[in-house]
Amino acid sequence: MLRIPCPYCGVRDETEFRYRGDATQARPAGDAGESAFIRYVYERSNPKGWHAEWWMHVAGCRTVLRIVRHTVTHEIHSVTLPQEPVEMPKELR
Amino acid sequence: MSGSTRIGSGLFERSGQPVRFRFDGQALVGREGDTLASALLANGVQVVGRSFKYHRRRGIYTAGPEEPSALVTLIGPYGSEPNRLATTLPLYEGLVAESQNRWPSLQFDLLGLFGKLSRFLPAGFYYKTFMWPSFAWERIYEPLIRRAAGLGRVQPAPHPHEIPAATEHVHTDVLVVGAGPAGLSAAFTLGVAGVRVTLADQEVHLGGGTCLDPDWHAWRSAMLDRLQHMPNVSLWPRTTVIGAYGQGVFGALQTRPRELGGQGARSPEILHVVRTAAIIIATGCVERLIALPGNDLPGVMLAGAALRYLVGHGISAGHRTVVFTNNDDAYATAIEYARRGSPIEAIVDVREYSPAADRARGAGLTVYAGAKIEAILGDRAVRSVRVRDREGQRFTLSVDCVLLSGGQTPATALAAQVGADLRWNSAMAAYTPDLAPATGQVAGSAHGVCGLAAAVQDGVSAAQRIAETLGLGDLEVPAFPSAPQDAPRADLEPCWEIPGKGKAFVDLQHDVTTADIRLARREGYEHVEHMKRYTTHGMATDQGRIGGLVGNAVLATARGIDITEIGQPRARPFLETVPFAALAGGEIGEHFKPKRRLPLHELHTRAGATFVNAGLWLRPLVYSSDTSWNAVMAEARHVRREAGITDVSSLGKIEVFGSDAGAFLDFVYANKMSTLAMGRCRYGLMLREDGMVFDDGTVARLGKDHFLLTTTTINAAAVLEHLEFHRQTLFVGSDLTLTDVGDHWAQFAIAGPLSRAVLAEVIEELDIANDAFPFMAAAGARIAGVPGRLFRISFSGELAYEVAVPARYAEDVWSRIIEIGAPLGLKPYGLDALNTLRIEKGHITGAELNGQTSAKDLGLGRMCKTTSDYVGATLRQRAALAGNQRFELVGVRPVDSEQRLRNGVHLLDLTSPNGSLGYVTSCTPATEQVGWVGLALLTSGHARIGQRLLATSPLHDETYEVDVVSPHHLDPENSRVRA
Repeated sequence: MLRIPCPYCGVRDETEFRYRGDATQARPAGDAGESAFIRYVYERSNPKGWHAEWWMHVAGCRTVLRIVRHTVTHEIHSVTLPQEPVEMPKELR
Repeated sequence: MSGSTRIGSGLFERSGQPVRFRFDGQALVGREGDTLASALLANGVQVVGRSFKYHRRRGIYTAGPEEPSALVTLIGPYGSEPNRLATTLPLYEGLVAESQNRWPSLQFDLLGLFGKLSRFLPAGFYYKTFMWPSFAWERIYEPLIRRAAGLGRVQPAPHPHEIPAATEHVHTDVLVVGAGPAGLSAAFTLGVAGVRVTLADQEVHLGGGTCLDPDWHAWRSAMLDRLQHMPNVSLWPRTTVIGAYGQGVFGALQTRPRELGGQGARSPEILHVVRTAAIIIATGCVERLIALPGNDLPGVMLAGAALRYLVGHGISAGHRTVVFTNNDDAYATAIEYARRGSPIEAIVDVREYSPAADRARGAGLTVYAGAKIEAILGDRAVRSVRVRDREGQRFTLSVDCVLLSGGQTPATALAAQVGADLRWNSAMAAYTPDLAPATGQVAGSAHGVCGLAAAVQDGVSAAQRIAETLGLGDLEVPAFPSAPQDAPRADLEPCWEIPGKGKAFVDLQHDVTTADIRLARREGYEHVEHMKRYTTHGMATDQGRIGGLVGNAVLATARGIDITEIGQPRARPFLETVPFAALAGGEIGEHFKPKRRLPLHELHTRAGATFVNAGLWLRPLVYSSDTSWNAVMAEARHVRREAGITDVSSLGKIEVFGSDAGAFLDFVYANKMSTLAMGRCRYGLMLREDGMVFDDGTVARLGKDHFLLTTTTINAAAVLEHLEFHRQTLFVGSDLTLTDVGDHWAQFAIAGPLSRAVLAEVIEELDIANDAFPFMAAAGARIAGVPGRLFRISFSGELAYEVAVPARYAEDVWSRIIEIGAPLGLKPYGLDALNTLRIEKGHITGAELNGQTSAKDLGLGRMCKTTSDYVGATLRQRAALAGNQRFELVGVRPVDSEQRLRNGVHLLDLTSPNGSLGYVTSCTPATEQVGWVGLALLTSGHARIGQRLLATSPLHDETYEVDVVSPHHLDPENSRVRA
């Protein structure tokens, strides 16, 4: 079970959150066309290692959080708000 | 009956009180402090079960949860429980247990024939034998195999639920797993420093290896006494850590036998969910067997288990015992046996020299060094062993008990789950775990440290390293009680198998022999994971703890590679069998799911409602105990002809505030909302980004920058989440607030031709004449004296209103409306009548909004904006969703008005009825017409309106003709709602 440090509520259990998918995908502009939206909705890489994901604290403050998590160790590197810059681990910068 | 008997008293006894129990109908007496296994041994019971495949006689082999053979069925006050381990089951007065896997009796088992047929039952024989004819599997082979195989039978009678298993959430700084010398010293070192420590151990009696050495008993008592007095240290006996779940979360199962707690007094299990900052794994070792012919005969036991029965319970496992070992540990058993007067015929050691052998000889024991036992002989039990000495001379020793020790295997499963690398430790001939310091520490013999005093030291070091990781600085070494020193030791010499004629078992519980493993390799199952699955080696409830590594070593030898190259199967949670009841905890029966009750639940109950589950909600289905169509149709017809009131409080309600609210709603709804006039409502359709319909509802504009959304009951939480996600990721910095007011407002629909007349008596300060308050109007109003909101919206297709009042006034307002309305013809109606009304009107709900339908499929395509961007705007237009080959919403009516419809019936072409064209999603008897009406999703449905199709339900053996019609069965001109 993940223990997620919510910036508003502190460290909370994963069960209080809802996974909202890949945070590396930005929604295309409305006129970007069908193939751009197909990529946005359906195409996902499945990285072994660091990955940015949306998690929403639905049973808490309802904040949407961008979490950089290691998909093998489940280590959480950073938790940021959507408007903040993504904080990836050094080895990826 | 055999040579095992009680020869004295033991550490685990407190009172020496006799305890009466029954095994296979025989009345026996044990002592307080016994386990069932020790009590059986004390009574000389040698055979406790039959093996899984060959139905061989088996005796008690170990003294702990690693036991492969002594599984019994416990007959308790709540029925029978199969597969309880006699070695961990505390004895209690009146215990009744039965042996398993034998028929008709333990001593005379007809299925023991399988043992004679064993050359026809090789590994993988299921895969090879029961191949044809195919029908025979279900009718013959499977019932036959199920009768012969299996361990115990589950009794279907459920346990009473008044004492469900408990689930407890625990936060601690350091979880120490295992209360042997290392675990005790680590917990003590941390405890003295004021750290919150939880110390869990699977045994009733904490102390691990210190329990088995009488010289350590004083140290052990002193340590337990000190730890018990530390308020920051929790001691959990009988607790197995069953799995690591990442980020410091561990599951721990504590068992409190029902039979000890008294009936109904306490729950039998507690599942602890532990959240810890750090972990120390001091899980110790499990002794392993040596594979040699006859190593499963009753009378064979592991040497460490025998020591535990002797020191803990005063029980000797035999009258004439031989010890076969490759290591020093077994000497402790032999010396203690001799000290207490139980004869040891000889110690057979595969090694040439060990200081332990000198000590044994000094105690007057015979040691054959550089020798081995080639076979254990006996038919029903051990009779003798054949020894081959250093010079190659063979001779026979007449014995009734063989104590085996193939070395100690560290219990690495938990460490591996936490992320340890397993490294081969040649001094132990086993894998020891290597953990990254940030993850935790491994201490004691689990770490490869031999000797009790060395383990104490290692526990202290582990505690100090943990303190450093936690930023607690340098911990001082506290003053420990005085303890003996470790005797000098020699390393073991690996000894996995003594080849010879006869079955040599590596997995007693699943009857896997060395020959099976070699067969698996010959047939291509060379990888350790493949071999495991082909032979089922290590897959029984004991997880192959005493023979797993031995089997892998046999495989390595057969492949001609070193054991270090063969790898280890991965150990996954759970590390111990876990009863389902413990996982379920209190979430059983009524408490399986939370229930949501409407603000008026009590009132509906008093009004005679029958309730139905709608998501988590309990909603009135019909206001009658009669749930037949008669009662439902009476309510629905009353709405069509006069007026009804129904509770729609469970709808999701979200208020949207801010100057950007209009733009936001235009983005999340497929139709335009920013143009909605103040004081008006609009039907709204939400899509998912993939273009499918997500939810529908109404939007009312209550102010310039103030909108109120309703959602379907089922999707209330999902819609809120969807809106918040888009607000926070795509509308950052906007003037926009979402407030969930679902629970704050009670809402009632009042529908029917007389609804305006009823409301006119209830509404104050608002003109509700048709012109003044037209269809789709919204306004604040006083309703029965309470400030609330009034909407002229209709789900039923009738002239209808919805009134909303703060939830705490719900009862007053509803009662007042009924009181005023009843003389005018107003009656309550339930969810079934509501459903009838909406189906006739062609309104969609969850059955049609199934996640696979687009707006176009539902006939709502023209509502969607074509020029602007919104969620789903692009992908709803993709080619796959265009054209008319998809399921489209239509209405259906049986041609024969006597014929009923059913949800789910398939629609077929009349002339070529091959393959389904679609199916009925919702149906009901009609209110004002004769017969049934339904909604259906039908391929190219819109184009088929006017066609006649075949409807079929093979489940009900029904086939009949239906006409495809418009989904708007009633009032397609929408004149009623505007009346």
